[in-house]
Amino acid sequence: MYDALINLAYVVSAILFIFGLKFMSHPRTAVKGNLVSAGAMLLAILLTLLVTGVGAYVVAGLVIGSIIGIVLAVKIQMTEMPQLVALFNGFGGAATVFVAGAELLRPNTIGTSDVLLAAALSGLIGAVTFWGSLVAYGKLQELQMFKKPIDIPSVHLINAIMVMVLLLLIILMTGTGYSVLPYLLIVIIASVLGVTLVAPIGGADMPVVIALLNSYSGLAAAATGFVIENNVLIISGSLVGASGIVLTQIMCKAMNRSLLNVVFGGLQSAAASTGPAAD
Amino acid sequence: RYHALVASLTIFILAIFIGFELITKVPPTLHTPLMSGSNAISGISIVGALIAASAGDSWLAAFIGLIAVILATINVVGGYLVTHRMLEMFKPKR
Repeated sequence: MYDALINLAYVVSAILFIFGLKFMSHPRTAVKGNLVSAGAMLLAILLTLLVTGVGAYVVAGLVIGSIIGIVLAVKIQMTEMPQLVALFNGFGGAATVFVAGAELLRPNTIGTSDVLLAAALSGLIGAVTFWGSLVAYGKLQELQMFKKPIDIPSVHLINAIMVMVLLLLIILMTGTGYSVLPYLLIVIIASVLGVTLVAPIGGADMPVVIALLNSYSGLAAAATGFVIENNVLIISGSLVGASGIVLTQIMCKAMNRSLLNVVFGGLQSAAASTGPAAD
Repeated sequence: RYHALVASLTIFILAIFIGFELITKVPPTLHTPLMSGSNAISGISIVGALIAASAGDSWLAAFIGLIAVILATINVVGGYLVTHRMLEMFKPKR
């Protein structure tokens, strides 16, 4: 009964997220939309704490994370905001990697193949998001090693091979129920993939890449929702995943580029990206 | 058990459809704030992180969960705050 009430209250949080996103896409209501969405998040966190109890350990984590988040968000220059979004997005992706990993380590986790598949996907997408976002951050911050698009020889072939290996590992993990080592390998290979996917893309295209990675981190959160069987994660994760793809496409159109062109044509755009990163 | 999976999949697919329909016409000035705002929403994995961190059955899982709590909290708190700052910039011009 208690659990059912909590789940019902999670629905309120999910509805608020939907309204928040809706408001955010119109100039007049955008500020309100962000606040509604933040309220939805606060509600979801409080509901979760009602179930788990408020341990000192967990509060310490919340306080440390809040302080780091506040300091980063307040100190940042207006012109550096896109790369900060990339960094935050990466942290969100990394969080899903750790959540799915932690669930696999728990003896009480039901190791059915659907849960294992969801865990593998959270780890994969989360790791790609984290490392891809870090590279995007480096490019926008104009760190020395990312000044020019990085030319990796036959990068598409290498990526294709890595995707193949990842698929095999996922099949192995879901098929055999033997999870911890395959999960680690998935996270490691997906980390490399995150770097090789974003590194060849020019700095000017980074806003689009961040929008795409943002969509990925939503999908990773949705996958995590399947692991812990929590609807609010599934709903808001897939909301971000789907609306993120739409936003990515809108941004591509505004820049007169196609999404495929940005993702696969990284090297051709090298000439265009020598100027300052456009936002 | 598979009833629960089908229910979750149904919710997933319906939410994907809502996500596609939700934002259609966005003025270019709102592209970056909207991206930042939806990025903050993807920090919802904080719910999973809190559950993992409170795990009583595995010390290691709880520790990894704590790292996830810190990372997700940075994403959530920083994400909403920076989005708010971006949107504040537009205010005087309106």
